Amino acid sequence: MTPLLQVRDIAKFYGGRVGCTNVSFDLYPGEVLGIVGESGSGKSTLLNCLAGHLAPDQGEVLFDTRADGQRDTVTMSEPERRMLGRTDWAFVHQHARDGLRMGVSAGGNVGERLMAVGARNYGNIRTQALDWLERVEIAGDRIDDRPSAFSGGMQQRLQIARNLVTGPRLVFMDEPTGGLDVSVQARLLDLLRGLVRDMGLSAIIVTHDLAVVRLLADRLMVMKSGHVVEQGLTDQVLDDPQHGYTQLLVSSVLQV
Amino acid sequence: MSDYNFAYLDEQTKRMIRRAILKGLAVPGYQVPFASREMPMPYGWGTGGVQVSAAVLCPEDTMKVIDQGADDTTNAVSIRKFFEKTAEVATTETTKEADVIQTRHRIPEQDLREDQILVYQVPIPEPLRFLEPSEVETRKMHALEEYGLMHVKLYEDIARNGAIATSYAYPVKVEGRYVMDPSPIPKFDNPKLEMAAVQLFGAGREQRIYALPPYTQVVSLDFEDHPFDPSKADHPCGLCGSEDSYLDEVIMDDSGSRMFVCSDTDYCQSRRAAGHVGHQGVPFEEVSA
Repeated sequence: MTPLLQVRDIAKFYGGRVGCTNVSFDLYPGEVLGIVGESGSGKSTLLNCLAGHLAPDQGEVLFDTRADGQRDTVTMSEPERRMLGRTDWAFVHQHARDGLRMGVSAGGNVGERLMAVGARNYGNIRTQALDWLERVEIAGDRIDDRPSAFSGGMQQRLQIARNLVTGPRLVFMDEPTGGLDVSVQARLLDLLRGLVRDMGLSAIIVTHDLAVVRLLADRLMVMKSGHVVEQGLTDQVLDDPQHGYTQLLVSSVLQV
Repeated sequence: MSDYNFAYLDEQTKRMIRRAILKGLAVPGYQVPFASREMPMPYGWGTGGVQVSAAVLCPEDTMKVIDQGADDTTNAVSIRKFFEKTAEVATTETTKEADVIQTRHRIPEQDLREDQILVYQVPIPEPLRFLEPSEVETRKMHALEEYGLMHVKLYEDIARNGAIATSYAYPVKVEGRYVMDPSPIPKFDNPKLEMAAVQLFGAGREQRIYALPPYTQVVSLDFEDHPFDPSKADHPCGLCGSEDSYLDEVIMDDSGSRMFVCSDTDYCQSRRAAGHVGHQGVPFEEVSA
């Protein structure tokens, strides 16, 4: 089986400072990879490099495109990369307002990606938007409300619906549960787990919450100061951490 | 002899504007940046249109200026006087006799010919502006032909109002490539954008010029199940009885009576001169006598 995403020796520097360096991994279809680490460890830099939001200083990111097989997304042209960004890729931001259009109704937010790839039938767009709102547990009668009238958890679920409507194969998530209270977090995680399994999505989840990766991720990468210090199966890494930093991370989780 | 250079602007400025116009004609619908000059009138009064008109006017040309279809409103009168004074060109109110027509928010009802130029005043040239505030991003969207967002606006219209409620500045796609704001003309005028005359659009404050060469394909955006509808008030003109011209609604008194009249004053007047009388009008001879 060819990996969906092959990352080879990615590095990004901010002047003399290291954003992330020497990162390589393979991601197979249907696999969920968690990236954990403390603030400033280069998790988000890495994610943005992979998703094409930042240009890495070296390395290659090979994505298995539907049309012509493996392509390096770092060197492909910008229109092609942006096209991937609204078809095969999805990006869930930590803050829903970064990923939503706050002045546009929920239906319009979900429909935007459909219209961006050429849907021109209002009835169909609306039906799909309704279907997706239902799948992320937002009542259908809220379809014409603006996201500003939604709670934080609903905004986050709307953002997920908006991203998944075009049936992407790879989802990038940057702290998808950050800033939500624990019960809302739990529902969101449950929803995400269901969607990932149902749609056979591959996902890369950046978080500092070990509970999130324990629930969602098949494999885990631990980052510190821009370097990957440990990677392996999630349960293996969390139950038997080898690197000193990982041990510290695991032991610092509060038990209640 | 006037103390002004011909048509107010200096020759170098007019050359610069003509270059922008030529580029705009070569790439229909593309917004060409130009170094807009300070004009002796406020922004919003047609400084872009005036600069474009000044760049294309010749001394032997006849000019017509219309504002919302009318020749006799403040904006039209002041710009017409401006060119009478600074360019000493002949002016007219008759569409057929004009070589250059500067317009605000209307296309004349009379079909234009290949030897005429229609100059539009444009307040905001960027059709995506109210959806995407970043100019960097909108220019990228134009460059990469990413126009899904324009349909989001139309989607919102239908979701809120049951129909596409955008009734002016209705977005169009030019020659299957650039999405363009046709300036705030009523959508009734959109089908007329495919015409024989050269159409030039000038936005002074935003410093953009764009253009439509003659017979350019211009398609109004819509949905398959909500097609574009160039609607107008469902009445005949009260003065000339025309059934197919764009109408203004005029409030007559405090008790709610109103009348609908052609917004194109020249069209209405020439119809009345030809003997057409609407149900609230009087024969043309009695007024002019």
